[in-house]
Amino acid sequence: MKRLKILLNYMKGNRLLYIGAVLSIGIATFFSLLTPLVIKTVIDSVIGDIPLDLPPWGIEIVNYLGGIEGLANNLWICALIIVGITLIRGIFLYTKGKWSAVSSESTAKNIREKLYNHLQHLPYDYHVKAETGDLIQRCTSDVDTIRRFLAVQLVEGGRALFMIGLVTPIIFSLNVRLAFVAIAVIPVIFLFAVIFFIKIKTAFQLADEAEGKMSTVLQENLTGMRVVRAFARQKFEIEKFDKKSKEYKNLTYKVIWLLAWYWSLSDLLCMIQIGAVIVLGSYWASTGVITLGTLVVFITYEGMILWPVRQMGRILTDLGKTMVSVKRIQDILDSPREEKQQNECSPQITGNIIFENVNFEYDKDRPVLKDISFSVKRGETIAIMGQTGSGKSSLIHLLARLYDYQSGSIKIDNIELKNISKKWIRKHVGIVLQEPFLFSKSIKENITLAKLDAKDSEIFEAARIASIHDVIEDFDKGYDTAVGERGVTLSGGQKQRIAIARTIINNSPILIFDDSLSAVDTETDAYIRDALRERKSSATTFIISHRVSTLCEADKIIVLEQGKIVQHGTHNDLISEPGLYSRVWKIQSSLEKDMSKIV
Amino acid sequence: MSIYEEQDYNKKIDFSLWKKLIKYLKPYKKLLILLGVVMVVVAAIDVTFPIMNEYAINNFVVPGNLDGLLEFAILYGILIIILAFGVWALIAIAGKVETSLPFDIRKEGFERLQKLSLSYYDKTPIGWMMARITSDTRRLGEVISWGLVDFIWGTAMMTGIAIVMLIKNWKLALITLSVVPILAVVSVYFQQKILKSFREVRKTNSKITGAFNEGITGAKTTKTLVREEENLKEFQVLTGKMRNSSIRAAIFSSLFLPIVLNLASIGTGLALWVGGNDVIMGNNISYGTLVLFINYTTLFFEPVRQLARILAELQAAQASAERVMSMIETEPEIKDSEEVIKSFGTIYNPIKENWPPVKGDISFNNVTFAYKDGEKVLENFDLEVRSGETIALVGETGSGKSTIVNLACRFYEPTEGGILIDGIDYRERSLEWLHSNLGYVLQSPHLFSGTIKENIRYGYLEATEIEIIRAAKLVNAHNFISRLEKGYDTEVGEGGGKLSTGEKQLISFARAIVSNPSIFVLDEATSSIDTETEKLIQEAIDNVLKHRTSFIIAHRLSTIIAADRILVIQKGKIIEEGNHEYLLKQKGYYHRLYTNQFRKEIETKSFS
Repeated sequence: MKRLKILLNYMKGNRLLYIGAVLSIGIATFFSLLTPLVIKTVIDSVIGDIPLDLPPWGIEIVNYLGGIEGLANNLWICALIIVGITLIRGIFLYTKGKWSAVSSESTAKNIREKLYNHLQHLPYDYHVKAETGDLIQRCTSDVDTIRRFLAVQLVEGGRALFMIGLVTPIIFSLNVRLAFVAIAVIPVIFLFAVIFFIKIKTAFQLADEAEGKMSTVLQENLTGMRVVRAFARQKFEIEKFDKKSKEYKNLTYKVIWLLAWYWSLSDLLCMIQIGAVIVLGSYWASTGVITLGTLVVFITYEGMILWPVRQMGRILTDLGKTMVSVKRIQDILDSPREEKQQNECSPQITGNIIFENVNFEYDKDRPVLKDISFSVKRGETIAIMGQTGSGKSSLIHLLARLYDYQSGSIKIDNIELKNISKKWIRKHVGIVLQEPFLFSKSIKENITLAKLDAKDSEIFEAARIASIHDVIEDFDKGYDTAVGERGVTLSGGQKQRIAIARTIINNSPILIFDDSLSAVDTETDAYIRDALRERKSSATTFIISHRVSTLCEADKIIVLEQGKIVQHGTHNDLISEPGLYSRVWKIQSSLEKDMSKIV
Repeated sequence: MSIYEEQDYNKKIDFSLWKKLIKYLKPYKKLLILLGVVMVVVAAIDVTFPIMNEYAINNFVVPGNLDGLLEFAILYGILIIILAFGVWALIAIAGKVETSLPFDIRKEGFERLQKLSLSYYDKTPIGWMMARITSDTRRLGEVISWGLVDFIWGTAMMTGIAIVMLIKNWKLALITLSVVPILAVVSVYFQQKILKSFREVRKTNSKITGAFNEGITGAKTTKTLVREEENLKEFQVLTGKMRNSSIRAAIFSSLFLPIVLNLASIGTGLALWVGGNDVIMGNNISYGTLVLFINYTTLFFEPVRQLARILAELQAAQASAERVMSMIETEPEIKDSEEVIKSFGTIYNPIKENWPPVKGDISFNNVTFAYKDGEKVLENFDLEVRSGETIALVGETGSGKSTIVNLACRFYEPTEGGILIDGIDYRERSLEWLHSNLGYVLQSPHLFSGTIKENIRYGYLEATEIEIIRAAKLVNAHNFISRLEKGYDTEVGEGGGKLSTGEKQLISFARAIVSNPSIFVLDEATSSIDTETEKLIQEAIDNVLKHRTSFIIAHRLSTIIAADRILVIQKGKIIEEGNHEYLLKQKGYYHRLYTNQFRKEIETKSFS
């Protein structure tokens, strides 16, 4: 019930239209039931000689149209009435189709956008831990399940209900006894359908799983084709695939086999129902209990209500599936967004940073950063070194408010970081992640992601600083080259450099390179740093690196070990004291010397 | 993203293509004939029911006579039972075809994929091949089996009704059926429109999937760039397009049904008008016949709609058929000649007793290799490798290192010149002969789902338990494997997902070595692994290389230095050649490469 409410909530703004669609189907159903009645009257009273059995308004219509005599002489009027009724029915069928499409598609659009927007505003941490495949599944097929349910199943269900609801009183008013005969088997068919569709679920699942297993074998074979060839295992692979393919085939056939039983048995039930109406109806008609026209109406109606009843079983199982999808979607929407706190501010940021006794942990009691204190003046370059897991990346993640620290204080230009709006601070902190992500757009669009109005000259300049301009120019389409599957394949180093270009184009007062020069060689690394310096921007710069030659030029070097600052100072300070820095310095520089000796 | 995307198809029905597909139906000839019979019977009964009604009206209702009602009821019952049985049979038979046909095509497709050259794999995305084998075959199975069912049923039904109507009253029949040609034209038109608009929907839908994929995998980057609003705006363009094209498709469908219904009602109206007049005039037409005509007009139009739908679906499925057939009909660029097959056998029936042993001398004689698009990678390349020699290939990405190795493995064949193994061109021996004597370790180790044991045995299917353990010990994998709870029976997970990269590498070494190959090829991993595992791997490499001719695409200095000969490759040419010390003294390209690599290794090592 709660999920139903959620579903209703998704439909906000489109509910009226949806109600319109359901009403349309009701009206269309009503008119579809009129045709047999008109035919009955014509056959019985106009062509035949049975007295009119109509309510007063019906008789009035007949009289208006020229009475029975007149109609008999102008049968074309009756034909026109039938066409007219169908036309009206057609109009409402059309509005039903259109309105249910508009409202269900708009609902799907809303859900999609809601999901997309929500996902983007979920905390950084959520995306670090997220399982991409599962999320995409929820955003696409689960949304589609809901859409289909609203657009097709629910409307069909409405039609079935209208049909049964309208037909029952009409046939009962025509003849009570025959009406009982006409609906006797319906509950049985309905139950049969429901039970069957619940039962068949397992068979469907097994077939799906078998298909999944077959796909896995196929995928492993294709991705490992070199291995298959190198070991000449084609025959082995074919046998392996054949086995899975056969299992899939057999299990799918099992489903069809069950469906064969379902459709044939339910057909049998329906035909028995119709047969009973015809035989008993003929009996009563011949003995004068009912008229010929009534019999024709019964036979026609019977065919109309049986089909929707059979569909009900399916609709009910689909309702179950839809509710599961609603839950899976709501799970995403219920996970808390990055909260916006009160009294956020957007101050001017120039790049003076003070850390005071900052503590941070991802999980309770597993501190990542302990008691971090240091200060940086505007324009300074800070190098951070430490082993994997020492907390380097966490430290700079705090600066961009990708995570929030638990205690202590970080002040940027004397304002507590926690009070600065997240978006504002991120706009002023240019951060190049360890594994940069490029969007499947052109290179130019990738560079201008964060500065949509960038001029070509700015783009080129940023690319030159990142030492990637010449590489881009070498591509056939230059800056318009598409990135990703449909464009060029870029090497890790090229991706990093494009990420650098897109970050520095903004002239942010704070720049962070999270080991982002690792994939380029020492010369390019030095070139990029020189170019940045020459740009005379006064950005405060953080560099995380393993390369002492990169670190040593910084104004200040911070050495982290297990979340604590164990050393800090300039290169000259640090090489004279014992510790990680001097050790690494010695190893790296002595090996360099060795190398030059060998050489 | 492109793998999600729908492709366009040709508009016209291509008969030669469908003729090719008919060959897949041959094994089911008898079933299909049976299906045809069943369908005709079902359609015949469907046509009969209104006649039964007519009979009841004419013989019981109008005269008020009950004679024969019991027999009528029994006949009716029999018809019902036959019909129900017919429905059962048609689903069971069509289902058999629906599942068997894709199975056969899958089998043939998969077998073809095992034969196609690696150059095919280089340019074909895996997602594309997957879709051909899975969704396209499924679609063909559905369209062909159910299309056939509906086609036979529809045609039989229409013919049956038309015949009965013409017999009963040809004049009234012609008047009533006058609507049919219009209906046929309208149906074909709408079905095509509908199909086309749904294709548009699917296209947009795949773009939305792509956008979600990018939005989710790129979420971290989005945050750092504060792109949330712009991304949403771009996304909204897509969802808006999706909404509009879906609604357009829905409008076409919801216009179609009312139009069909109205055309049908014109038929009904005509029957009532003209037929009714005849009844009133006493013109040789009974009550029952009039009711029969009215019933038939409603029955007649469903098959027309079905036939139009089949036509449209067939057109859509043609794209699937085209793609599948194009894959199955692709000729492998590399295959054994007739004579070679005669003396050495095929992959399915190797004649192993004729296989000469491999010593391991390899020579490239004036080899030129160009891709199909004409881009030359190697030109007049010469190389002599003595049995047991270790060759390290170094150079930048795209320099041609991999091509040399691929040629040595006969994954590619030279465009000009030849490659000799033990003095004989390898094209005079079978592919399997070479590959059975080859040990191969990929840069990113690829394992198959299954246990560790099964993965090692992959290198030599007849390997005994002892041989497997011996291979694992030789490559230092035994220790970590025995530490696992289930030891050699541990499941490695899909793609080896449950193991670390280093562990996967060790297992892939064991797999390569278990068959004791004479030629060994190693594409060294660039990814960093922890020092301890790296040491183990280094030792493993040393063990493996002993007494084998080997090619290594080398990245690690220790591997390069240990090689007997280093080839520095640039633009498909050997620009420097010799052992490590000799090359360093040259102060050339190798020297630069070495120092750069050296620095990188120091950087990471100095921290551990």
